[in-house]
Amino acid sequence: MTELHAGLYHYDEIDRRFLAERVEQFRRQVERRISGELSEAEFRPLRLMNGLYLQLHAYMLRVAVPYGVLSATQLRRLAAIGRKYDRGYGHFTTRQNLQFNWIRLVDVPAILDELAAVDMHAIQTSGNCIRNVTTDQFAGAAADELVDPRVYAEILRQWSTLHPEFSFLPRKFKIAITGSPHDRAAIAIHDVGIRARALAAGAVGFDIFVGGGLGRAPYLAKALREGLPEADLLAYLEAVLRIYNQYGRRDNIYKARIKILVHEVGITRLREQIDAEFERIRGPKYRLDPEIVAVIRGHFAPPPFETLPPEPPADAAAPAGDPGFARWVRTNVTPHRQPGYAVVTITLKPAGGIPGDASSEQMEAVADLAERFSFGELRVSHEQNLVLAHVRRDELPLLWQELGRHGLDSANAGLIGDIIACPGLDYCSLANARSIPLAQQISQRFADPERQHAIGELKIKMSGCINACGHHHVGHIGVLGVDKHGVETYQITVGGSATEDAAMGVVVGPAVGYDEVTDKIERLVAAYLDWRLEGERFIDTVARLGAKTFRERVYGPAA
Amino acid sequence: MARLADGLKVVTANRLDSGGAVWFGADDGWQPTIAAAAVFEGAGAESALARAREAALRSGVIEPYLIEVALAESGPRPRSPREQIRSHGPSVRTDLGIQAGQQP
Repeated sequence: MTELHAGLYHYDEIDRRFLAERVEQFRRQVERRISGELSEAEFRPLRLMNGLYLQLHAYMLRVAVPYGVLSATQLRRLAAIGRKYDRGYGHFTTRQNLQFNWIRLVDVPAILDELAAVDMHAIQTSGNCIRNVTTDQFAGAAADELVDPRVYAEILRQWSTLHPEFSFLPRKFKIAITGSPHDRAAIAIHDVGIRARALAAGAVGFDIFVGGGLGRAPYLAKALREGLPEADLLAYLEAVLRIYNQYGRRDNIYKARIKILVHEVGITRLREQIDAEFERIRGPKYRLDPEIVAVIRGHFAPPPFETLPPEPPADAAAPAGDPGFARWVRTNVTPHRQPGYAVVTITLKPAGGIPGDASSEQMEAVADLAERFSFGELRVSHEQNLVLAHVRRDELPLLWQELGRHGLDSANAGLIGDIIACPGLDYCSLANARSIPLAQQISQRFADPERQHAIGELKIKMSGCINACGHHHVGHIGVLGVDKHGVETYQITVGGSATEDAAMGVVVGPAVGYDEVTDKIERLVAAYLDWRLEGERFIDTVARLGAKTFRERVYGPAA
Repeated sequence: MARLADGLKVVTANRLDSGGAVWFGADDGWQPTIAAAAVFEGAGAESALARAREAALRSGVIEPYLIEVALAESGPRPRSPREQIRSHGPSVRTDLGIQAGQQP
């Protein structure tokens, strides 16, 4: 049983009964598969509905972390599962979920039992349904927040869970929501992106975007509706999903996402269809009752903050002007809306480490620190990091020292070492090339923390295939692995962004071999350092000079 | 040094219970390492795949398929990076998988 913490949604008896029944259902399905009663073709969609994939070395279980929020108790349970059923570690993903890489089919029902005991599951982490709704990892803490997006993410979770009409969509459907103008949830690359906006008379509504996505046909989402009132949120999304379900292509898996429908039909005509359906179904049944919103909001009430001065002197002084601490504060500590508190990003990106991997020991350490310093809750970010959202500023030095004992004090959030990388060919059956060892090479090359800080914000994102789980299209530097006649080869892009200035990266030159990627990236960085103007980030310099200028510097004029 | 020889193949599949990789052996049984895999050529490969599919139904193994290999001193070596990694384990965690002597 999860203990009660502020800022966490708590399952009720209906939720728990449903989960228990679902686990029993899958237990019987596994038994029927093992006995041969079910064929692999029959069983495959059933296991995928429970987040279970067959990868290169074993089964992979993808555990849902709804909108990236975990309690310390839940993280401890994940650590225990990793130790008992896996190889002592887990991998945090760009979907704010956790994957175990070495799972045995016969153990899965027991694992699902253990997850259910802490209100967790693996439902809707695969299959052609509405996937885990993702959001801002700083929700409820960010100084620039208009509304707490967790409230609406939870409402969407309840609305979409086993939605009978949307369990067999043409293809998977991903929704992201941000409650802040600064988009940390990458809403432009989701099937539906939702951004809170202030309406008249103090009310808050939503801008809706549709048709974003990466993969072999990358598109940024288009504006669909501005200023949707809160009460209409579910009715409008129901209309979007209905139109997609009706008109989305089912004849070609590569053309089945809603982004293709937007592209082929056009946003104007699609909007007409959605608006017509919205007007048809708008009414009491789909109206989002303010009382329900208030009840859900109650689950995410602020923790019991103390009244503190905004900037305690300890923040800068302790531990005694240590430059490592100062660097960590500069990159990994973000202003909090509550005076005297801060948001701490724990990057799972040590120099030469595997992006997003955490050992069971590290998970337990973070769970302990979450209880000690952040009211017992934490977040998973889509950048494959962990976040303690409510830390007293005067306790930052102590927290930093504790993180250092577990190898979790890398001062590189948002820097070149903070690389997103998919599992790639080291684990994934879809991949064409490795991504993890390249990320390790790059982070090792730029391991010097002073060098990283001198370079400044630079987000590298890497994928081992065109499916783009590593978001390479929207990396300031993107790296895509391809198989060229049986040889791992890599395409490098520059100028992508996943925030409110979202952009797709541009190919900077011919694809290169595995051994050349890190050198090419170092040349890109050197060019940026030579050319940047005062205060310019890498991506700003690319925007000012263009990818072609960088191409000539990195590949030579004749390339 | 691998001896390149076009058309050499082995049959591979996954265990149903663990998902671990296995290879079809000369005795028409499933082997836990590629070193013990039987190598086939031409029509023999298709025939072996058919036998492997029959064997899979009886032995808790799923979805056999053919992969191209070259012959090395240690035995068959997959031509594709994917199958090389699959036959060893993750290149970034050499303490795990077949390369570390672990059975799935």
